[in-house]
Amino acid sequence: MNIMPSLYMRRRIVNATGLAVSMLAMAFGLFWLCWILWTLLDHGLPALTPLVFEQMTPPPGSSGGLLNAIAGSLAMTLVGTLIGTPIGILAGTYLAEFGQRGWLAPVTRFINDVLLSAPSIVIGLFVYEVYVIRAKHFSGWAGALALSIIVIPIVIRTTENMLRLVPTTLREAAAALGAPQWKIINFITLRAARAGIITGVMLAIARISGETAPLLFTALNNQFWSSNMDQPMANLPVVIFQFAMSPYEDWQKLAWAGALLITLSVLTLNILARVLFRQKAASH
Amino acid sequence: MPAENTANPKIIVPEIIAPKIIIRDLSFYYGDYCALKNINLSIAEKMVTAFIGPSGCGKSTLLRTFNRMYQLYPKQKATGEILLDGENILDKKQDLNNLRAKIGMVFQKPTPFPMSIYDNIAFGVKLYESLSKNDMDERVEWALRKAALWTEAKDKLRQSGTGLSGGQQQRLCIARAIAVKPQVLLLDEPTSALDPISTAHIEKLIDELKEDFTIVIVTHNMQQAARVSDYTAYMYLGDLIEFGDTSTVFTNPKRKETEDYITGRFG
Amino acid sequence: MPTFLREASLKRHTVLDMLFRNLTRVSAFGVLMLLVAIIASLIVGSMPAIRAFGFGFLTSSEWDPVNDRFGALIPIVGTLVTSAIALLIAIPVSFGIAIFLTELSPRILRRPLGVAVELLAGIPSIIYGMWGLFIFAPLFADRIEPWLGAHIGTMPYIGPLFSGPPMGIGILTAGIILAIMVIPFIASVMRDVFEVVPTLLKESAYGLGATTWEVMWKVVLPYTKVGVAGGIMLGLGRALGETMAVTFVIGNSHELSKSLLMPGNSIASALANEFTEAYGGLYTSALIELGLILFFITFVVLSLARYMLFKLGQREGQAT
Repeated sequence: MNIMPSLYMRRRIVNATGLAVSMLAMAFGLFWLCWILWTLLDHGLPALTPLVFEQMTPPPGSSGGLLNAIAGSLAMTLVGTLIGTPIGILAGTYLAEFGQRGWLAPVTRFINDVLLSAPSIVIGLFVYEVYVIRAKHFSGWAGALALSIIVIPIVIRTTENMLRLVPTTLREAAAALGAPQWKIINFITLRAARAGIITGVMLAIARISGETAPLLFTALNNQFWSSNMDQPMANLPVVIFQFAMSPYEDWQKLAWAGALLITLSVLTLNILARVLFRQKAASH
Repeated sequence: MPAENTANPKIIVPEIIAPKIIIRDLSFYYGDYCALKNINLSIAEKMVTAFIGPSGCGKSTLLRTFNRMYQLYPKQKATGEILLDGENILDKKQDLNNLRAKIGMVFQKPTPFPMSIYDNIAFGVKLYESLSKNDMDERVEWALRKAALWTEAKDKLRQSGTGLSGGQQQRLCIARAIAVKPQVLLLDEPTSALDPISTAHIEKLIDELKEDFTIVIVTHNMQQAARVSDYTAYMYLGDLIEFGDTSTVFTNPKRKETEDYITGRFG
Repeated sequence: MPTFLREASLKRHTVLDMLFRNLTRVSAFGVLMLLVAIIASLIVGSMPAIRAFGFGFLTSSEWDPVNDRFGALIPIVGTLVTSAIALLIAIPVSFGIAIFLTELSPRILRRPLGVAVELLAGIPSIIYGMWGLFIFAPLFADRIEPWLGAHIGTMPYIGPLFSGPPMGIGILTAGIILAIMVIPFIASVMRDVFEVVPTLLKESAYGLGATTWEVMWKVVLPYTKVGVAGGIMLGLGRALGETMAVTFVIGNSHELSKSLLMPGNSIASALANEFTEAYGGLYTSALIELGLILFFITFVVLSLARYMLFKLGQREGQAT
């Protein structure tokens, strides 16, 4: 028994070292992230004046705002979500409710996982190839289309996951009443999974509202107000990209203001989604 | 397998005067696994028939063939015949939704739908009947009264069914099942997730419901089978070992296996 | 019950059932078609470049728009190297964070910290890129790079990787920014995975006198290796295709350099910078071919992740 103490000692040292290292990792991770957020507030808050919401994007060297970019982003995000969500929910429903038999569901699930993590810039290339070239010009529609392609896999994934969480006994209970499948799904299972699916849609909106890459070759940018989705359309991410990379200080300031705006809205959406999901989950 | 033959001699089927359901040579498969072997059995109309036996004996599986619930899942199939009023429900031409509207089912755990108490009950009714508002109100009240839930629920019909207690939820599920006025009611261990008081409620309810419905109940609890049922079937490993009226099965079982199980010498 | 009504609703239900089922099936099939369409359009778009350069495109480091000579080697190498740097940093850090969140953190902090990590995983990548360009790169050039050049840059073998003028932007910076970006992502996946381990299993290990560290390494990690591998692969997929976090800080130079401190290029940032300005069919086509290559690489990585998960899952199934 006299070997034991030293062995025990060594185990304790390994344990303490491991734990210390993991604590350091946590601190390390948080350190960068706090720094980034602080920078964002530091540079963004002073630049975030009322003018930002009142004026259009300016030419270099003059003052202006981001109104057209904000409006464009909202419009494209809205349209993208409206196109992507129904398709995503339907396909996700197929995977969860009809997918036990046949090859389509496993293949689609696999492909969807790939699309979920596919580089968004390639989505932009795709929409450029199939839409922008045909239409012969960049447009808000093309941007919305690209965003919807990003929404679809996210919604499919959450819809399927949330539907799978619905207990099978609930489906059986509805089936035992003689309910046809479309009714069971639309009135029982989708309803039971509603909070989760809405959460998924909100997370998808959060994701696309910060997406830059797919808009670069689709919506492009527009220095002026455009209410026509068939024209190139200003949007926050691309404006930020362009202004931040520029040598002009006014533009860089506006880029910081835009960055802060995007981050705040993404964070708000994320938090809202979580709160909503928690409340719904608690009430059941 | 010789065991199949020794375990399943011609069972002395009691004289059932008005059989609602007649089961002939029913076998059931989960993929290649045979879960029920050549079951022959009759279910008496407006009586309570109980299926008892140890876990995995196939009693729930047997129950779930009556409304073909297994059809929701791939790789499960039944062979043989189940005649409901003389009509083979295993027939491919049998419309499943129609069948299930005729045969109600209540599950092991309460399964309230994510909607109000009222809508929980109206959901099934609306599927096949278009009632006026008044008629629907009456039907909901009737079902809740039948399920002995009316006094507790009448003031919160618009509240979510998920907010009720476990025992109340289970009675809601019973109300929901009888609201569509089925002919047969299948109860799959309806009290296994409930406390003793709720269990007593439901046992009493079963007694009252048999005036209107043919009831088949699966239970783990032998005392429950003895208390509520008129006929009892004892199953073991997918075979029907013994079937008879409840008092005979419990007091004077014809087979050794049944006696061992009932007296608790089993397992 | 009136039978005619019943018959009518039964018939209606059958029709609606079929309609609904087919509607969902068409949507699911649409996802497959989407993938096919993406691949097809990329192939069609890159045909001119494929015809002009053949397989040489993959190995040539030339990128000369003026004379219409293009090769993908530099962006491919840049993409792979930045992702490798990112994973090298992010895996241990994420693992540490996940351990901290599941086992070490005081109860009160566990949820807020967990939520914070999840929220940070959702911050748009353009923010990381901007921060990298304006804050990190200048600091890196002033403080870190001179030190790296002076100390590691003179070592044999690995020295050349860290030599060159301190410019702030370059492959190494891009890799670090990518790492900062994927850390919360990988960490939150790992945390989710660790929380799947049954408490009972952990408690029985603790009950034998195992330390927290031993429980993590010998119980939790073996139990969850499938998910951990999956999380890492997902992070890799993200890093490979990331555009904005990289574009700001990689330097966008089409020159091959041994040093990690020098500017380079990645596929995604080449596309972001040059696509709308590309003139001439061959230039555009070469960029689309880059996109095709990027899609192919991420497709392989993600498929591999899936396959690995499947394999590991099977082995676990046999073991129990």
